[in-house]
Amino acid sequence: MRATQKLAWTAATLVVLLGLNQIFEHGFGDFQINPYYARVIELIGINITLAVSLNLINGVAGQFSIGHAGFMAVGGYVGTYLTVYYGAAVTGWFGVGVTDAVGGSIAMVVSLIGGAIAAGVAGLAVGIPSLRLKGDYLAIVTLGFGEIIRVIILNIPSVGGATGFTDAIPITNFFWIFAMAILTIVIVRNLTASTFGRALATIRDDEVAAEAIGIGTTWHKVMAFAVSAALAGVAGALSGQLFANPLNPQNLNFVKSIEVIIMIVLGGVGSITGAVLGATTLTILPEVLRGFDQEFPGLRMVMYALLLILMMIFRPQGLLGRREFGWHWLRWPNRSRIPVALTEAGDTKAHTPAPPGDPRSALGEGDEEGDSRG
Amino acid sequence: MGALLTLDRLNVFYGAIHALRDVSLTVNAGEVVTLIGANGAGKSTTLRAITGLLTPASGRMVFDGEDIAGVAAHKLVARGLSMSPEGRGVFANLTVRENLEMGAYLVRDRAAIAAGLERSFTLFPRLKERSKQRAGTLSGGEQQMLAMARALMSAPRLLLLDEPSLGLAPLVCQTIFDTIDSIKAAGTTVLLVEQNANAALKHSDRGYVLETGGVILEGASAELATHPRVREAYLGEGG
Repeated sequence: MRATQKLAWTAATLVVLLGLNQIFEHGFGDFQINPYYARVIELIGINITLAVSLNLINGVAGQFSIGHAGFMAVGGYVGTYLTVYYGAAVTGWFGVGVTDAVGGSIAMVVSLIGGAIAAGVAGLAVGIPSLRLKGDYLAIVTLGFGEIIRVIILNIPSVGGATGFTDAIPITNFFWIFAMAILTIVIVRNLTASTFGRALATIRDDEVAAEAIGIGTTWHKVMAFAVSAALAGVAGALSGQLFANPLNPQNLNFVKSIEVIIMIVLGGVGSITGAVLGATTLTILPEVLRGFDQEFPGLRMVMYALLLILMMIFRPQGLLGRREFGWHWLRWPNRSRIPVALTEAGDTKAHTPAPPGDPRSALGEGDEEGDSRG
Repeated sequence: MGALLTLDRLNVFYGAIHALRDVSLTVNAGEVVTLIGANGAGKSTTLRAITGLLTPASGRMVFDGEDIAGVAAHKLVARGLSMSPEGRGVFANLTVRENLEMGAYLVRDRAAIAAGLERSFTLFPRLKERSKQRAGTLSGGEQQMLAMARALMSAPRLLLLDEPSLGLAPLVCQTIFDTIDSIKAAGTTVLLVEQNANAALKHSDRGYVLETGGVILEGASAELATHPRVREAYLGEGG
């Protein structure tokens, strides 16, 4: 895309988002959005940001992190703290209050940037020591990190400790949530399509070989991890300042991290549109199932777990696999023209002529998620 | 013909295990040198030490006049030393062409990348046929070709080949070894680590025989191939 085209797209997106925000927050004529639906939509947007950002490190770079809630907490608490304790001062310079439309936006920008920087720095601190090593160390370290952050927050009275950050000023709105979700998608997509992203793909496939062609694997992994963490921080700052949705250390434990992992696994590891789909599905699903609780309390979560199990049995590669959803899907039956679909035909071929006595041909490729398409 | 790579009394430990004992070897520019030996003799350990994956306890490693002990593998590529790792290590989810392009990761000149691709396809016409296919769907032999072609994309002065014939059918092995001749003819120096001693000695100028972490024999490949000790131990001829 040329620069002018990019500018036009950005402007159009902003106008649409602002328009929707107006309807969403203030209604349109007699129409007022049901606050319950509104909340579900807001959570979808935040979860998209979380899932797409986690996908960069877990899916694209193939490094298993289970501490996304920890980075969300760092960004969320720092971002909210900035608004609560410095928001009024900052907006005061512009002569507006934190709760005004303009003032809220100024405070939001400060809060988002602060949250992203804090979470990104935390990402560097966790990533530099653990990503120098090859293997599963990152999973262990990120798990520990998430719990450490949670316990630290519990013991800071100025951010509410165990009661949660209830002093938060509700400045998050539809516009900011979806602007950040779209920004996250654009950042991750551009990174994935760049040389940097290609290098991450080689690291995921074979780290030693990546090293052997001159890719500094540690640097690439740490950078991807820091970007992922910073975006999780953005999601945290949005979540913490949503109306009547204070951050609470109890909700930011490793179960939250697992929830985000499930979103990307369900959508298809490595696929950005898959992560969006996974985040949307997993936010809506528990709500759709709410009816079950009226019959038998607790049945909802049983159904939820059952559906997840069924989905993983019938589509272990996720809803989209490694593919991206796009306009080419509508051009039936030309789907075979897209490169990844093309290799599906190749897959079957690769499994038949396995030369005897070649352990790689028997085991090597079979464990790739992409090849388990049924 | 100067020495391109020199290892001088290299010692490497895995914990308490003394894996390499005073290994010294020289690779001169323009040569194909092979390192043969049984499993666990220290062949791969030697390569790992050269590529910085292991840090030697003592000894010197000099590549092109510079000490390379402890220099990370990815930095060696820029200095002109490239490796095709054991077990191929192709990027399964990228296409053949993308794999080759990634081999030229440090090359910024588009014309040089295009020339490299052309060279790869001349060397391995099979890869040209498969260029749009995902590397994970290639046969073992094709993956080996791809790994070698990818290592050549950075136009290295020294190419390290780790067990290129591992697990391949005899006919495919022959293709791989013939290619090593072509690579040499094109002016690239090769250090070849192989279990298939017979073929390795046939396609190299000089050889080193490793046993339990030390060099026990060295010399011209043609002579090594007729050496009784080598024939007995590696070429399957009893007593």
